[in-house]
Amino acid sequence: MALLEVEGLVKHFVAERSLFGRALAHVKAVDGVSFSLEAGMTLALVGESGCGKSTVSRLVLRLIEPDEGAIRFEGRDLLSLDANTLRAFRREAQIIFQDPYASLNPRMTVGQILTEPLALHNLVPSAQRHERVAEILRLVGLEPRLARRYPHEFSGGQRQRIAIARALAVEPKLIICDEPVSALDVSIRSQILNLLRELQDRLGLAYIFVSHDLAVVKHIADHVAVMNLGQIVETAEADALFAAPGHPYSRALLSAIPVPKPQAKRSRIVLQGEIPSALNPPPGCRFHTRCPYVIDRCRSEMPQLVPDGIGHATACHRTSELPSSAAIVPSDGGFSPVLEKLVAAFSGSPEAVRGGGVSSLGTDPA
Amino acid sequence: MSASPLIEIRDLRIRFHGDDGRVTHAVDGVDLSVANGATLGLVGESGCGKSVTSLAIMGLLPKQSAEISGAIRFDGFDLLKTPDQTLRDLRGNRLAMIFQEPMTSLNPSFTIGDQIIETILRHRGGSRKSARQRAIELLRRVHIPSPERRIDEYPHKLSGGMRQRVMIAMALACDPRLLIADEPTTALDVTLQAQILELMRELKAASGAAIILITHDLGVVAEVCDEVAVMYAGEIVERAPVDELFATPQHPYTVGLLGSIPRLDHRAEQLATIEGMVPNMAQPPAGCRFAARCPFVLEACTRAQPPLVEVSPGHLSRCIRAPLELLVS
Repeated sequence: MALLEVEGLVKHFVAERSLFGRALAHVKAVDGVSFSLEAGMTLALVGESGCGKSTVSRLVLRLIEPDEGAIRFEGRDLLSLDANTLRAFRREAQIIFQDPYASLNPRMTVGQILTEPLALHNLVPSAQRHERVAEILRLVGLEPRLARRYPHEFSGGQRQRIAIARALAVEPKLIICDEPVSALDVSIRSQILNLLRELQDRLGLAYIFVSHDLAVVKHIADHVAVMNLGQIVETAEADALFAAPGHPYSRALLSAIPVPKPQAKRSRIVLQGEIPSALNPPPGCRFHTRCPYVIDRCRSEMPQLVPDGIGHATACHRTSELPSSAAIVPSDGGFSPVLEKLVAAFSGSPEAVRGGGVSSLGTDPA
Repeated sequence: MSASPLIEIRDLRIRFHGDDGRVTHAVDGVDLSVANGATLGLVGESGCGKSVTSLAIMGLLPKQSAEISGAIRFDGFDLLKTPDQTLRDLRGNRLAMIFQEPMTSLNPSFTIGDQIIETILRHRGGSRKSARQRAIELLRRVHIPSPERRIDEYPHKLSGGMRQRVMIAMALACDPRLLIADEPTTALDVTLQAQILELMRELKAASGAAIILITHDLGVVAEVCDEVAVMYAGEIVERAPVDELFATPQHPYTVGLLGSIPRLDHRAEQLATIEGMVPNMAQPPAGCRFAARCPFVLEACTRAQPPLVEVSPGHLSRCIRAPLELLVS
């Protein structure tokens, strides 16, 4: 049984009301989204700003209430939970946000921030909470003595570690990571990505990873769902999607990834036109206004997600007629041989760096 | 590098005097030059001094708190010694800048047309009617659909990608010789990022302007730059033609940066990380500023500050262990 199953999720926000409070216009933020997630796996939701990926992540936790659809967590129907059982559920599913500056209370010490969930869910007897806080801090790579400090005393990367520690405090099975590394510098980003991976292996966590950075997604995700204007247009295993994106929208997204290789081979698809408003999404396929392969049928009939039998589903009328997807995803060629060795030496196993690596090289330079 | 660069920065030092009496060394002895028509990438992480350097070029640093020394030669002027009045003639004219956040850099209470026309009238004069005509042309050049109609819209009506195009149109209004773009695509989605990068390449080809592109995204650098300068803690630690930087980096910090980005063709279980923290720039360390975080550190590194030396033609590194390939061969 899947850890999380989402079926036909719909959320329309009221954008405008009449004088008497009648809804005049809706933003169709999420419009019929279904997916499932196994324990210990990572599902990435990708798409442009406003595609509904963050809304989906909040709906799954019932931080906002869906209009329609079903969410099952370990077989339990989340939408039927009352306030008490919902609170109990929140122990099993946590969220970390993009901005670690805004998501930590500046008036609480790190110790207090981490003790709060323990007390709220009554997980650890109060005498042992101090010990547990130290343990959680070590888990995310921070020293336990830092528990007495306030959030402003930490750097952005350390704050994100604290946010992760807070999520881990209640021993969840699922963590929703909403753009967790977008606000961080490159070198800090890699530390947090490594940490998330390591914690997943160690604790068997499942992640829903919301991101617009596709290279990061390729690195961390097992499955990817590509969203456009409130709908999933393609879903597949990460490797399969990056090898052969099916939907024209996925192709455009993946072809646009900037790669750290000068003169990289690429056939970038530059989409023309603007992203249509979710207030008034186009009829038929919601991508048809920007799609280079549009035909008449796309303008009137909405395509459904059609699975290909090996776990790759695409919502496009023309899936079978599209040109080959080879060479859509730019190739960065990996590292040059020299760089490969340098990076290994830079970050290699601690022994290689301190023992055999540096000191020996240090004493007799080549 | 051609004989006479368009802009040449010599020994630029910028210190900020804080209210509490502390002095922060934001930029410390930066030398840079950019040739006509070339694109230089200025790369580094938050606080390394890359944006401050660009603001110094534009003369936009606060006079009360910033202490600037060195020389910035551009087009026959030393920008650091140029009176404000002359600087105002240069800015928006021969020198132009695009910022990261297009919403905060456009005035919300004027139409985009007013804002572009203002620039044209200030520097080129002429009638309002002909300036408006030019503004429409500029908007067309940056691929804004139906510019005749869009020109009378206010910034809030435009999407993020559109606003960035308006900023670019405004920067191009007087055919600048040098365009400084500070993280121009960071706030945008990948699809829009692709459009803007494409646009910058197109415009560079058409106008022959030089570009200084400030970014932390090495992917963007690889795509548009000819040359790259990597900054760390207020200094340039490496400078190289773009191909060389990505193939054989000569500073450990660059190696760490390149190793920490996830690759599409290379599924690594672990990404490289740079341990430790940036030094406190109120009291910069005596030796190499990266020494405390560097896995290749020697004792000599912490004693004296390494100079920026040429490792191979056109490839400079501030590391006493360069060439680094000797460490791994």
